[in-house]
Amino acid sequence: MHMADALLAPAVAATMYVASGATAAVSVHKLRKEDDEAKKLPVMAVTAALVFAGQMINYTIPGTGSSGHICGGMLLSALLGPQAGFLSMTVILTIQCLFFGDGGLLALGANIWNMAFYGCFVGYFLIWKPIMHSKLFGKLSTKAAQRSRIILASILGCVLTLQLGAFSVVCETNLSGITDLPFGAFVAIMQPIHLLIGLVEGLITAAVLTFVFESRPELIKELDGGSELVNRHSTKTVVAILAVAVIIIGGGLSLFASENPDGLEWSLFGNGDAGYSDNMGLDEDDYGISSTAAEKAGKLQDSTSILPDYAFADSDSAAGTSVSGLVGSAVVAAVAIGVCVLCGALKKKKKC
Amino acid sequence: MKRIDHAIVEFKEMDEMAKRDSLVHSVNPVVKLIITIAYIFVTVSFGKYDLSGLIIMCLYPIALFEISDTSIGACFYKLRIVIPLVCAVGIFNPFLDKETLLYVGNVAVSGGVVSMFTLMLKGVFCIMASFVLVATTSFDEICAALRRLHIPGFFVTLLLLTYRYISVMMEEVSVMTDAYMLRAPGQKGVHFSAWGSFLGQLLLRSMDRAEELYSSMRLRGFNGEFIYASLDPLKGRDYAFLFASLGIIALFRFTELTAIIGQLVM
Repeated sequence: MHMADALLAPAVAATMYVASGATAAVSVHKLRKEDDEAKKLPVMAVTAALVFAGQMINYTIPGTGSSGHICGGMLLSALLGPQAGFLSMTVILTIQCLFFGDGGLLALGANIWNMAFYGCFVGYFLIWKPIMHSKLFGKLSTKAAQRSRIILASILGCVLTLQLGAFSVVCETNLSGITDLPFGAFVAIMQPIHLLIGLVEGLITAAVLTFVFESRPELIKELDGGSELVNRHSTKTVVAILAVAVIIIGGGLSLFASENPDGLEWSLFGNGDAGYSDNMGLDEDDYGISSTAAEKAGKLQDSTSILPDYAFADSDSAAGTSVSGLVGSAVVAAVAIGVCVLCGALKKKKKC
Repeated sequence: MKRIDHAIVEFKEMDEMAKRDSLVHSVNPVVKLIITIAYIFVTVSFGKYDLSGLIIMCLYPIALFEISDTSIGACFYKLRIVIPLVCAVGIFNPFLDKETLLYVGNVAVSGGVVSMFTLMLKGVFCIMASFVLVATTSFDEICAALRRLHIPGFFVTLLLLTYRYISVMMEEVSVMTDAYMLRAPGQKGVHFSAWGSFLGQLLLRSMDRAEELYSSMRLRGFNGEFIYASLDPLKGRDYAFLFASLGIIALFRFTELTAIIGQLVM
């Protein structure tokens, strides 16, 4: 799900940097307030390094020929807590970006938001914590109930946070106006794929956390099953959370079956000319989503010829269409290649 | 070779690359970090059809690659998995944007094709710029530069500690994977029955190790803030490099140099 720099407009990238930066600042501030701040640091570093290395382990998916791997957001927040988990995940994404080219330097803010924020904060506060404090599967302190809650929270958390992350990728790319892929079609591609990825990741996370629970339960956050009185989250709350999760996950699945995903966008925002007028009566401009995707899709429907017989269409840049621009580009490319070849030849000569 | 072994080798190679000596290596890391971010920011700001304006941006990373004696081939080889993914996103554009933008001879080129190449080049140029930064700056220096730019010490220390532990952890995972695979020949990955115990055991060992690490750090006087290698203050040549680079990037962005070169040639 790592976004490249080219997928984001500078304004969107900067906004995401501000959002992620603010979350990181709040997390650092919160951790600094705690007494064992210095002690947490090596634990966070070693766990982050472990998750980084653990991402490279392939897990065989039963019944299929393929394999999956972990991303680690939920695992980190279940072991370290949301703030420490978020910072550890941020560090992992930064190192991946710098050393492996996974996601660009400018897109780092967006990637942190899409993977670390949802995985650590949304997953922890909306899924992990309520489920671990609930009476789901029986009494709080029963080992079997706790194990079942860990499994449910891990799977739900991973699926939900990956769905949110994938949806954010689509929104950020479309807001940047980078790809011509319509919003609805992009959503239809991204959500189902990440539903499966989330499910596999959820199962692996559940397996690892269950193992840790059996061996060292004190390492898992919010596992205060001993205090039956601390039941702050009723079954109703958990059921409500489950319902929301089902709606979001179900939405992802239904897109899988949709034959005309472009209809999603039109049905949401209305398109009178195309006969989708007032389905939900939402105003596209008010929702901040560019209408270019819908326009492009409309043009695509109207257009029957691959190459219409006019020479120069409107473009963002005059240089992009001018002959001198073309010739100039060719010269620049030739110079670039020439520099490389010349330097290579000079280096070879030097070695001789 | 396994994926993790590749990663270990590439990690070490990047470290060694950053330790070499060249004009670019000797520039203050704060300056290099600022220039890289400025370059990427400017590169992605080009319009979706502005292919000819964008193409000149390649000269800047190429110049840095050559001055620092870093192989462009090595960059593309290391990032061979990432580059196709970057390019894949624009692949739909030719099918969706079929309006003719220009003719090259008798061949009509649609807007989608131009925007696809623009998107691909943007991605590749940004990757090249990030690569040249890491290939000419050690991670300690990058962390020191981040600290100089007032990124909180807690975060920077975490970044540095994690980086140092990644190679240790990757080696542990590699040894475990080898041991597992020798006992499970022909198996593609870790079997379902071992999903939890495989990473779980390592996790428990790592937690104990973190405790020991913390104790040893405390014994050596650690109190929450890491002591970094001292970063030299910005010198005259650093300022010269900074302003010259920013000037060149601005020149590439705000003048249509490719069009001017084209006119001169014609």
